[in-house]
Amino acid sequence: MKNAWRFFLETLRVSLTGSKKYYLWVGFLLFCIFVGALAYVHQLKNGLIVTAMRDEVSWGFYISNFTFLVGVAAAAVLLVIPAYIYNFKPIKEIAVLGELLAVSAMVMCLVFVTVDIGRPDRFWHLIPKLGMLHFPTSLLSWDVIVLNGYLIINLCIAVYILYKMYHNEEPNKNVYWPLILISIPWAVSIHTVTAFLYNGLAARPFWNASILAPRFLASAFCSGPAFMLIIFQIVRKVSNIEISDKAIFKVAELIAYSMFINLFLLGAEWFKEYYSDTVHIASMKYLYEGLKGHSALVPWIWAATIFNVIAFFLFLIPKTRENFLTLNIGCVLIFIGVYIEKGMGLVVPGFTPDVLGEIYEYSPTNTELLVSLGVWALGLLVYTLLLKVAIPIQTGEFRVDKVARREVPEGEQVPAS
Amino acid sequence: MKRGSRLSGIFIVSLLFIVVSFVLVTAARAAEEGKKEHRKASGKKRVERQFPVPPPPFSEGIFPCSDCHEDMEVNTERRELEDEHVEISRSFDHAPEQRWCLDCHDPNDRDYLRLASGEKIPFSESYRLCGQCHGDKYRDWKVGVHGKRTGNWNGDKQYLLCAHCHNPHSPRFKPLKPMPPPTPPAEIK
Amino acid sequence: MFRKKKYTEAERRSRRKFIKAIAAVAAAGIVPHRKAEALDVTWEEWTQQHFKRLTKEELERILKRLEEKYTREYGKKVSVTAEPPIPGVTFAYALDLSRCIGCRRCVYACVTEINQSRNPHMKTVKTTEEVNRRKSWLQWIRVLEMEKVKGINVEEAEIYYNPPKVPEEGKFYMPVQCQQCNNPPCTKVCPVVATWKEPDGIVVVDYNWCIGCRYCMAACPYGARHFNWVKPFIPKDELNPRTHYLGNRPRYAGVVEKCTFCVQRSRNGRYPACVEICPVGARKFGNLNDPESEIRYIIENKRVYIFKEELNTQPKFFYFFGV
Repeated sequence: MKNAWRFFLETLRVSLTGSKKYYLWVGFLLFCIFVGALAYVHQLKNGLIVTAMRDEVSWGFYISNFTFLVGVAAAAVLLVIPAYIYNFKPIKEIAVLGELLAVSAMVMCLVFVTVDIGRPDRFWHLIPKLGMLHFPTSLLSWDVIVLNGYLIINLCIAVYILYKMYHNEEPNKNVYWPLILISIPWAVSIHTVTAFLYNGLAARPFWNASILAPRFLASAFCSGPAFMLIIFQIVRKVSNIEISDKAIFKVAELIAYSMFINLFLLGAEWFKEYYSDTVHIASMKYLYEGLKGHSALVPWIWAATIFNVIAFFLFLIPKTRENFLTLNIGCVLIFIGVYIEKGMGLVVPGFTPDVLGEIYEYSPTNTELLVSLGVWALGLLVYTLLLKVAIPIQTGEFRVDKVARREVPEGEQVPAS
Repeated sequence: MKRGSRLSGIFIVSLLFIVVSFVLVTAARAAEEGKKEHRKASGKKRVERQFPVPPPPFSEGIFPCSDCHEDMEVNTERRELEDEHVEISRSFDHAPEQRWCLDCHDPNDRDYLRLASGEKIPFSESYRLCGQCHGDKYRDWKVGVHGKRTGNWNGDKQYLLCAHCHNPHSPRFKPLKPMPPPTPPAEIK
Repeated sequence: MFRKKKYTEAERRSRRKFIKAIAAVAAAGIVPHRKAEALDVTWEEWTQQHFKRLTKEELERILKRLEEKYTREYGKKVSVTAEPPIPGVTFAYALDLSRCIGCRRCVYACVTEINQSRNPHMKTVKTTEEVNRRKSWLQWIRVLEMEKVKGINVEEAEIYYNPPKVPEEGKFYMPVQCQQCNNPPCTKVCPVVATWKEPDGIVVVDYNWCIGCRYCMAACPYGARHFNWVKPFIPKDELNPRTHYLGNRPRYAGVVEKCTFCVQRSRNGRYPACVEICPVGARKFGNLNDPESEIRYIIENKRVYIFKEELNTQPKFFYFFGV
C-alpha cells in the first residue's frame, strides 16, 4: 500500500515536471480545455439550443466525434494482435501505448456523450439498481457498460505493467496476459455495440444495414493504427524505446488491407443503394450528391473518399509504404478521411432527410466546435500525462531505485505536438 | 318580405325559445340513453334513434318558416326564386338538375322537412332526410365515423347535424385558411 | 426488459438514503442544485425516483409539490394528476385521409391543450396572428401535404405549405403524430426506461427521469418525439391548468416529450383535443377493445392504411379512407 502511494506521488511529480516545450504543450491543452469548459457552461445555461441540433437532426458533432473515437479506442488495442503475431520485440511497450491511447479515447468518448445529453445532472439514472439501466434491451445501456468496462480494463493493464516495471519487477504474465486477451474481443465489442446502436434503428435506413458493424471495424482498423504509427515514430524519437521500421511497415501494410475492406464494403453499400434505387437511397444521395439543392456534406465526403483511396495506394505500394514521408501523409489522410466518413458522414445523413422527408442541413455551431475542441484537448492532455509517466518507466529512466537516488530524468520531450 | 308586428316578434321569440328548449331537453335525454340505445340499435331490431345534436343552424330570424309561409299559397312549380331566398336559389348546388326546394321542405308545413315517403320530420332530424340519398354517410354518421364528435369517447357524445358542416343547399365543404406552418428548424434559435 | 419488481419499503428507504448521500457529495461540486437557468433542478427533484418506483404517498407528495410550483409560477390554480390507465381499455386513433383538408387546426389545438413551449422570443404579442405564430415553435402534429398523383411518399411531402385556402387542388394531407405503437422502437432504446408503454397503450415519458440522450428520437420512424432544446416558455394566461404528470404538465429543458393521446383527457373519458377541434371530423378516437367503438367500426368497415407498416411498429393510429 505504501508502495502504491509512493508510486502515485512519484508519477504525479513526473507528470508535473518537464521541459519548457512540455509546459507549453500542456498549457496550450489546458487553455483549450478552459475555452471548451466556458462554451459548455454557456450550453448548460441556455440549453442545447446553442447547438445546431434540432428535432430533425437530433444528434450532431458530439456524437460524430464519439463514434469516431470509439473506433480509435478499439483499434489502438487491436494493435496488440499484430504485435503478438509478428513478434515485435517490445510487445509490452506497444501494448501499453495502445492501451493508454484507448484510455484517453474512452475518456473523450464518455465526455462527448456527457456534453451531448440534455440532463447531465441525471447521470445517476444510468447506475443499475440506484437508477434504472435498461439492460439488456437498450443498446445504449450496452454501450454504457462496454465503454466503461473497456476504460477500466485498459487502465488496469497499463497501470499494472507500469507499476511492476517501475519497481523493476517483471510483470506477471499470468496477470496481464488474460487481461490483454479479454481486451482484444472487448475492443471488437465496443465498436460492434456502437455500430449496433445505429444499426438497430429501422427508422433510419441509412444506418439500418447489416454491413454497418463490419464497416465500423474496418475503418477503425485504419484510423486507430494510423494514429498509432505516428505515435510510434514520435515515441522512438524522443525516447529510447525500440520500435523497428519493419514493425511500422507491417502495421502500414495491415492498414492497406483494412482500407481495402473498408472501401469494398463502402462499394457494396453504394451498389445496393444505387442499383435498387428505393426510397431509402435519399440519405446516400444527400451525402454524396446532394438532395433537392442541399449538399453541405458533399465536398467533405468526397474529400474523405479521395483521401482514403490515396492512402490505400500509399500503403499498398511497398515503395511509398516504406518511405516515411509518404507513410505519414497516408496516416494523416486516413485519419482525416475516417474522421469525416465515420463522424459527420455517418451521423448526419442518418437524419437527413428526416423520417418525414424534411431536409434540415446541420452544421455545428461555434459552441459545439469549442466544446469539442475542449474535449479533444482533454483527451490529448490525458494521453500526454499518461505517456509522460509511461515512457520513462519503459525506458528505465523512471524507476523506483533511480527515484530513490533522486536521479530525475531531465528534458523529456513533448510526446505529441 | 317580413311584415312582423311587435306582437308577432314576441311570438317568434317565445316559439324559438320553446323549440330550442325542446331540442335541448331531447338532446340531453337522448345523450343519457345514448350508449344504451346504441347497443340496442346494433341489435337485431333497428330502432330509429334520437341523436344528441345541437339546434339546426338556421340563418338568423328565418325560423319558423310558417311566419311567412302560412298565408302563402303553395306553388309547386319549379322556378328561380326572385323575392325571397334569392341567395339560396342562386347558389343552389345540390344536384340542381334533379331537385329543388319542395323535394325536401314540406310544401304544406314549412316548419318541417319531408322524407320521400311523405313523412314529416323536424329540422332537428334532418339527418334522416339526408340519409335517404347518402345512405353510406348516414350509416357512418350514426356510428360516429362520418362527421365530428365531441365529448366522451366512452359516454356522452355530442353529434352535429349534417347541416352544421354542409350547407344543405350547397353541401361541398368550404375551403379554410390554414393555420401558420411550423417554424423551420433553421429558424429555431 | 424492465423487470416489474416490487420493491420493499426497506429497499426503497435504503436506496433513498444512498441517493441522498450521493447527492450530498455531488451537490457540493457539480450539480447545480439551486436554480440554474436551463437546468433548474431542486434538491427534491434531483433525488426523485423513477415514476414506477414511487409509492402512493411519494407520488402524492410529488404531485402536490408540482401543483404548488406551477400555481406559483403561472399565477393560477394548476392541477397535476396521475390518473392510472382504465382497466380493459386500449386507446386507438383513426384519421380519415379522404377528409383531412390540411387546415392545421389540430396542430394548434394540441399546442394549447398540451402546454407546448411557445416561441420564447415572442414574449409579448398583440394580434391573434402573432398569438398563433408564437405557437409554431414546438408542435407534435406535422401535417404533410402530398400530391394525389404521387401518393403517400414522405420524400415528396411538404410541411411548410401556406396557401390562402386549403385543400388545394390535386393535394391531399396527412397529419402525423405519435402512432402509439404496440411495438414501440422508442421505448426499447431508452437507456434508463424513462419512456414506456402504459397498459392502455399510451407511450409516456417521465419528464423527471429522462436524461435527454435523444436516442428515442433517432429510433422513432414518425418524427413523433420532440426535445426541449431550450427552457419551455408558456405565457401565464395561456397555460392549460388541468395537467397530467405523464402528459401536459410544463416540461423541463433538456428532456424529450411526445403525444400521449391527451392522457389528461382520455383517461377521464374525453376525446383528445385534436379530435374535438377537427372541422371536418376526420379524427376518430376510442377503445380498441370495445367492439362498438368508432375505431373498431373503422377497422372492420373501412380501408385502413398503416404508416410504415413494414417496420412492424404496429401503430394504434390508423389512417383510413372514409369514402
